[in-house]
Amino acid sequence: MTVRSAKNGGDPKVADGPDFAASLFGQTFEFIGQHGPKLGWGLLSVGLFAGLWELLWYVGLVDQRLLPPPHIFLGDFAGQAKNFNTAKRWEIGVDPNSGPTPEMAVIITMASSTLRVLAGLAIAAITSLCMGILIRYHGVIGKLVLPMVTLLAPVSPVAWLPVAIFLFGIGNGPAIFMVFIALFFTMTLATITQIDSVNRNYINVARTMGASKRQIYTRVILPAILPGLLVVLRLNLFAAWMVVLVAEAIGVGYGLGQIISMARNTFNPGLVYLTMVIIGLLGFTFDFGLRLLQRRVLFWIPKGQGGLGSG
Amino acid sequence: MADTPRLNGLASAVSCVGVSKIWNAGSKRAQEALIDIDLEIETGEFVVLLGPSGCGKSTLLYLIAGLEKPTSGVINSHSELVNGPAPERSLIFQETSLFPWLNVWQNVSFGLSLCGVPTETRKETARKVLGRVGLSDAFEKRPDELSGGMRQRVAVARALAMQPKVLLMDEPFAALDVQTRVKMQGFLLDVWDVSKASVLFVTHHIDEAIALADRVVVFTARPGRIKAVLSIDLPRPRDLTSPALLALRVELTSLLRDEVDRAFAEQESLS
Repeated sequence: MTVRSAKNGGDPKVADGPDFAASLFGQTFEFIGQHGPKLGWGLLSVGLFAGLWELLWYVGLVDQRLLPPPHIFLGDFAGQAKNFNTAKRWEIGVDPNSGPTPEMAVIITMASSTLRVLAGLAIAAITSLCMGILIRYHGVIGKLVLPMVTLLAPVSPVAWLPVAIFLFGIGNGPAIFMVFIALFFTMTLATITQIDSVNRNYINVARTMGASKRQIYTRVILPAILPGLLVVLRLNLFAAWMVVLVAEAIGVGYGLGQIISMARNTFNPGLVYLTMVIIGLLGFTFDFGLRLLQRRVLFWIPKGQGGLGSG
Repeated sequence: MADTPRLNGLASAVSCVGVSKIWNAGSKRAQEALIDIDLEIETGEFVVLLGPSGCGKSTLLYLIAGLEKPTSGVINSHSELVNGPAPERSLIFQETSLFPWLNVWQNVSFGLSLCGVPTETRKETARKVLGRVGLSDAFEKRPDELSGGMRQRVAVARALAMQPKVLLMDEPFAALDVQTRVKMQGFLLDVWDVSKASVLFVTHHIDEAIALADRVVVFTARPGRIKAVLSIDLPRPRDLTSPALLALRVELTSLLRDEVDRAFAEQESLS
């Protein structure tokens, strides 16, 4: 991952001239042949943006201290990696120079943020699915719980931050809780919407065949809402990444959010952009993974009908 | 014409006595769908409900299937009060209603899986009924790999797998092109011949009614009442261009035209 991000960082040199662009295209041509033109367009999109940035820097329109162009902040990767310190140096009796190498620390930081997102996402997905089904399955539970869920859904995750710290103190707990709480209410409401929009014919067919209420939920409604729910999950994946950064900026030992927060405090724009690149790549990889999952699990959905499509 | 006395009702495949349905009864949006329907379907009979769109004929089918409850009146099926859906009364829908997450044989044997029939028995039953609708080759296929006509045949096979006494069909061929529709009618008659089930078939298509029915029940525009009942006592397959059937066609057309005109007039007065 790190290596690839550094390699992509070579893109900006597109601005250096047509020669490099040509060789870049030559190299990626095989790849494009295999993975379709989408990848090519993706690279072009990134290249165009980075190229513009480099160009503006080259002609002196952007201040290098505030907006260092990609080749500078990516080129300084080794230097910036030293900021990713995951050793618990503040603890008594720990050698300040102990801990993993900077490169290793980058990976550990990425992994810990990723795991927090994954844990929060998984917990939120499962609980919201159960909650949504419970609300629709049992009328009384629905009447008791739904108003509260609707009431809490619009509350910004940021407002939950103090609650997270009250409840879970410092560490992984509050970060995972934040991801969970940011997704739970909206995903519960989305589950209910999905249940309500299941084709009535499916349910009626099952009923005429003598299905019990429980069988209708497990055998018809659950498979019928899965495609929609996976789309919701993909949309919320990005929200999860946004929230985890906020949580990590406050009161978690280390993580990408903490790095950004530190970069702000120490006035290190390069580190901010580097972290942004890392987050972007991680989010993209996640989305890609979920899309693969979607295709695996939802084999019955014809291509291009899986909600967000495959783009 | 072939109105049987009300008291005979208990023995017939389906008997509706004084059935009315009002949607949202008691509220401001109350809307009468069916008024005072008396209808008998003999065992093994093929009855077609013919009427303009939105006249409540599908509603009657849902009531007989047990998916909805009549506002007043009584529906019996084979001497038993209809009090909810039951496998012996299978409903086949207009749109495709196959589960896209199951393949053909799993769809066909879905009803059996609900009551815990083991996989091998289910496969066997599915193979048998798929053979009867001429789709043995589609056994392992997924619904989206089939044409519209094939999908409706699978839907019929799924209904047959439950060995229904009454087949309720809600414009099952409406979404198909004319050629496929005619083929499907012939296929349905073959299936009906073998299964001995009683069929109640809803359509707004006059030719379809003439080709299929023992009796055609003509509905008025909404709210639906029975306007006329015509028996067709001719062997199948029928030549729709024969003088008798042409005369019938003219009669049904004029009966229906009045109702369509009325429905139109009502819609215009509303707008």
